[in-house]
Amino acid sequence: MHMEARKYVWEGAIPLQIHLHESEVTTLPPPPPALILAPRIGYLPLLVGLIKPYFGSSLPPGVDTIWFEYKGLPLKWYTPTGVLFDLLCAEPERPWNLTVHFRGYPVHVLIPCEGEDSVKWSFINSLKEAAYIINGNCKNVMNMSQSDQVELWRSVMNVAGNLEAYLRVSSKLKLITVEDDYTVKLNSSSKSQQGTGETDFAGQVKTGRIPVRLYVWSVSEDFDDLEDAPDIDCWDKISFINRPVEVHTEEAGKCFTLRDAIKTLLPEYFTDKPLFSDESPKLEDEEMNLSSEDAGSNKNTEVEEILYEHVTRNAEIKLVRIQGIEPKLEIPFSWVVNNLMNPDYFLYMCICVRVPEVNTV
Amino acid sequence: MDILAWDGTLSSNEFSLAAHKLADKWKRFNPSFPSWSWVACRKQPWFGSREAEGYLSLENICLLSLRKEDRGEETCQGEEGTSCFKEEEPTDSATLVQNYDCDKHYYDFHVIYNASYRVPVLYFRAYCSGGQPLVLDEIEKGLPSCSAKALSESKWTFITHEEHPYLNRPWYKLHPCGTSEWMKLLFLGDTTQKKNGVAIELYLVAWFSVVGQVVGLSIPSEMLNDSNPL
Repeated sequence: MHMEARKYVWEGAIPLQIHLHESEVTTLPPPPPALILAPRIGYLPLLVGLIKPYFGSSLPPGVDTIWFEYKGLPLKWYTPTGVLFDLLCAEPERPWNLTVHFRGYPVHVLIPCEGEDSVKWSFINSLKEAAYIINGNCKNVMNMSQSDQVELWRSVMNVAGNLEAYLRVSSKLKLITVEDDYTVKLNSSSKSQQGTGETDFAGQVKTGRIPVRLYVWSVSEDFDDLEDAPDIDCWDKISFINRPVEVHTEEAGKCFTLRDAIKTLLPEYFTDKPLFSDESPKLEDEEMNLSSEDAGSNKNTEVEEILYEHVTRNAEIKLVRIQGIEPKLEIPFSWVVNNLMNPDYFLYMCICVRVPEVNTV
Repeated sequence: MDILAWDGTLSSNEFSLAAHKLADKWKRFNPSFPSWSWVACRKQPWFGSREAEGYLSLENICLLSLRKEDRGEETCQGEEGTSCFKEEEPTDSATLVQNYDCDKHYYDFHVIYNASYRVPVLYFRAYCSGGQPLVLDEIEKGLPSCSAKALSESKWTFITHEEHPYLNRPWYKLHPCGTSEWMKLLFLGDTTQKKNGVAIELYLVAWFSVVGQVVGLSIPSEMLNDSNPL
């Protein structure tokens, strides 16, 4: 069916140039950086087998706990590598220069990682969560046989050439998020020629919950070029929204698009103005909105409401990135989900928004 | 709502309602104990939130490690360390404090709505009197024995180390994948609810009567039996 896009996602990799942090270098000259191709859908600690032998002889004696940072920001190991890259490199940097540490784990910022087992269970818990969102229970994941579990994890861990193995095991989980509007429409139109009438909307999903994880990063200054985008130096600058998207197809034949999906998660950015517009909001609209305020509300909420309106009206979505691409928002959401989701059945989206700074007194 | 048609979950608005109910009742039935507070928060700091988003918080709670005596739920208030949650013989208390002073662990509890599972989730962290965070092994020693057993049997699926959804820091969390199922059973066993439909505003009281026990916090039975809707 639509394997081509999935294959691209599955085989996607990011060239990394990994530097050992200078405080952990005990040899002269210091070891040159390691060049590694990291799978998009993989996780950074899974690279330890490749990195450790490379730097092992330069390390001081002691116990190793591997962690990575990018420009001073400790990287969350439980976030897929491709998502980290999409989020933290507005302008893709190739190779991506990361720093590796084997000491001084930042326990206050990062969840401890006990090697592959931690990553595997983080993945399985995420898969369970997705299953619950889709089916209302996680029985299929809980009841997975030991050998299927091993095979599934192995396919995620060593992604190369393992898409078939992944599909074989994951299809047993019966996690059908949404049927692809495109594919089914083609099929059903050929059937409906036979005049049954029933199949006309066979592909239209009425309602459904889709597992989505959204990373929203806000900037206050506008920029034209992604190269000028400010660095993210602290996780507090990112809002992580882990909330399912409820798909509603009200009108027959009307497609639920990526824009509709983002709108349900971030309604603040979808006032009446068109998305990606540079036009400043019209004055009369603003006045109308202010006069329609609830007259009974107290002063404080009124001020808050005005600020809210101001920020909302001037906020703008700068960038939507999924699996390294910036899809058009008119694309059917079903296509996006079915083709660009991660192996844990979550769709990870990175969104950059511009929010003008508000000077509060 | 008819209980048989109910799936054991609640919406985010119902969560906020039920959370305030838990806080109110707690205050009424546990006046000497620190009270739960509602922390309103904005998922996106740059926007005023229109929804009543937030979580319940109970912080700086001292749980004495009493497992050796198998006394389980003896709990006393953080700062003074004297005013006890449950009544007990004064001599007993003094001995315990003396013997196990070094075992004093402080806990912060947050009850946060999970939109994936549509249920409340208990997040917590623990630290010693000196402020150093406790690792799970140390926390395990302080847990009631049944929880410690469950923890050792299902290391990765019972209590997990995860990111606090609002604070972006590592906290412990009780895994919510079974919550809706046992909540439904719990409400099914309640004759009033069976007759009058699901009293969703009592969801958190009922939920905490189970979940609190995992970490050694029990709630007075009068609070559970109080069907006063106010």
